Amino acid sequence: MRRIISVLLENEPGALSRVVGLFSQRNYNIETLTVAPTEDETLSRLTVTTTGSDKVIEQITKQLNKLIEVVKLVDLTEGAHIERELMLVKLKATGSQRAEIKRTVDIFRGQIVDVTSSVYTVQLAGDSEKLDGFIQAVGTAGVLEVVRSGVSGIARGEKVLSL
Amino acid sequence: MELLSGADMLIRSLQDEGIEYIYGYPGGAALHIYDALFRQDKVKHILVRHEQAAVHMADGYARATGKPGTVLVTSGPGATNTITGIATAFMDSIPMVVLCGQVASHLIGEDAFQETDMIGVSRPVVKHNLSVRHPEEIPEVIRKAYYIASTGRPGPVVVDIPKDMTTPNERYEYAYPKKVKLRSYNPAIRGHAGQIKKAVDMLLAARRPVIYAGGGVILGKASDQLTELVRLLGYPITNTLMGIGCYPASDKQHLGWLGMHGTYESNMAMHHSDLILAVGARFDDRVTNATEKFCPGARIIHIDIDPASISKTIDADVPIVGPVDAVLKEMLALVRESKEKPDSDALSSWWKQIEEWRAFHGMRYETNDDVIKPQEVIEMLCKLTNGDAFVATDVGQHQMFAAQYYKFDKPNRWINSGGLGTMGFGLPAAMGIKLTHPDDEVLCITGEGSIQMNIQELSTCKQYNLPVKIINLNNQALGMVKQWQDMNYESRHSQSYMESLPDFIKLAESYGHKGVRIEKKADLEAKLKEVLAMKDDLVFVDIYVDRFEHVYPMQVARGSMKDMWLSKTERV
Ligand SMILES: Cc1ncc(C[n+]2csc(CCOP(=O)(O)OP(=O)(O)O)c2C)c(N)n1
Ligand SMILES: [Mg+2]
Repeated sequence: MRRIISVLLENEPGALSRVVGLFSQRNYNIETLTVAPTEDETLSRLTVTTTGSDKVIEQITKQLNKLIEVVKLVDLTEGAHIERELMLVKLKATGSQRAEIKRTVDIFRGQIVDVTSSVYTVQLAGDSEKLDGFIQAVGTAGVLEVVRSGVSGIARGEKVLSL
Repeated sequence: MELLSGADMLIRSLQDEGIEYIYGYPGGAALHIYDALFRQDKVKHILVRHEQAAVHMADGYARATGKPGTVLVTSGPGATNTITGIATAFMDSIPMVVLCGQVASHLIGEDAFQETDMIGVSRPVVKHNLSVRHPEEIPEVIRKAYYIASTGRPGPVVVDIPKDMTTPNERYEYAYPKKVKLRSYNPAIRGHAGQIKKAVDMLLAARRPVIYAGGGVILGKASDQLTELVRLLGYPITNTLMGIGCYPASDKQHLGWLGMHGTYESNMAMHHSDLILAVGARFDDRVTNATEKFCPGARIIHIDIDPASISKTIDADVPIVGPVDAVLKEMLALVRESKEKPDSDALSSWWKQIEEWRAFHGMRYETNDDVIKPQEVIEMLCKLTNGDAFVATDVGQHQMFAAQYYKFDKPNRWINSGGLGTMGFGLPAAMGIKLTHPDDEVLCITGEGSIQMNIQELSTCKQYNLPVKIINLNNQALGMVKQWQDMNYESRHSQSYMESLPDFIKLAESYGHKGVRIEKKADLEAKLKEVLAMKDDLVFVDIYVDRFEHVYPMQVARGSMKDMWLSKTERV
């Protein structure tokens, strides 16, 4: 099953490589990984999406917790949560394609953030499926370049992951 | 406040931490530190002949005393030479701090002379590693390193120290922190009361219980509590290779150790049990055999300080995260208070069954007058040292024979590399023990393959007068490899012969030690007595043993715990 694990990590050099190293050492799988400092600059917030059986996920969270620099973590997929990913896409846009792409971007609530005579650069945010859906809708033939941020997530409601 | 250079702060921190011995080897990046070491006499430095040995020495010391060991090496090759030692300590959860020199900060990343990213290289085999970024941090970093190494599930901690952090003429205020605060590291200090209660109820209701204890009991200094609980309940106990000594081997309730080369009765009792109380053990693959066939009728209570060890390979029905001593103490109190008592009929028929298993195999081997059996050597040593020696081993058949035939009644005396299985561990580990236990008998039981992996340490033994007894069970082969080749590769002995062996006696003598060769069975007892009487000498005892012997019992690969070879021809 796909899981989103959200981690509060000491914002120190080397901490991130410990997390990444753990995944490869123990043969766990990383699908996406995002990391940035939080409002408290001594802490980073890291979101990793991974897949595995319940047993593997349990081991992943336990092993992550063992890392000295991991302060707290939560498996967001255990409860209601919001996940978002940002995508920047360069699309071939000439002639009648231009209107067509514009329409699709509107439907997906994206924005065209840069334009040349032959290229649109589109920005789109949403869950990963929505981003996949957009690429499918415009057709891979017209896609020149895709950059995705990886998933960030947060629990719904009152629940917070903090010190 | 006192002003000290980084190097002096480092050594002062070690003093304030109560460190008596460090094992190491100097080099460029560590020279400021070595100079600071020279200008004091509280912390004693042992100069090894290879950095790997320094780590095993620190490790042997830690295993025998329960206190963290300390290593000091230079950057680059000095640091990388420690890796096998660190990995060995990591696999067996041994507390240790490894101080590594590093090139100066401004050179890091430039492929400077003797630069290695030791933080990166060591990461997968340490509990944690730390680098010093400012000299003023040194006392705090050192305090943290020892705290992390020795609390919770212990393990090795590497500290990387760039040379400019120890510059002699830059001085800073020194104060050794009394406490460490780490918001992200809080090892459990007691188990969950509800879980403990549940566990005790299950224990008392069990009909075919077995207690399965591991190295965690020794590391957690909980042998007394365990022994008390086991005796109070009257239940059978087995332990892992790492747990040897956590419960007296001479006691009737002790079934011996379990797993791949464990006793028949331990493996049978485990397989047929209805309740397993696992204490500080981690259901390692050398214990469980095929996990899907593991102990089909057993419910499992698992006590461990490390939550990640619980339900990793075998699911626990009642997990208890906490220090084993504290948890066992609570269990003891509950068992005493409880109105429920173990079902004595069920227990006596369980014991009857176990006694039958014991009688069926016990530990046995064939002897004859022509050759010395390795098992006989161990039994003789056990007899001559009253089972009271510190025994450090290398890895191979000799290690298994030592574990099987030397009977340990006390913890911290059986010293081996169980998790990583590191050949070359034995001699330096024995040295680390002898240094701090000069009046105790310290044996290094080894093979002619393993001993050659750190033989250069005979020189260190001379320098520091470490009269360990090296018992070389010389079968002229990488015996354990050969055994596997006999069993699985139709005796194709690919690269498992030890040809061109040195004359170990002359070798020992050239280092200034004594050597004794034993080739005839008739000489065994008398010569071993002679050797043990040579209190002040390191004696290299080269014993020619049966070249064809195998270690049994041996679990059948991919079988259950009860599937074993009992000899070359008997399989159950
Ligand atoms: C450093 C290292 N290399 C290889 C091995 C694999 N290995 C395990 S036992 C063994 C043979 C050991 O030979 P010896 O020390 O003579 O002991 P014996 O089995 O003959 O008693 C080998 C090569 C190991 N455990 N450690
Ligand atoms: Mg051998």
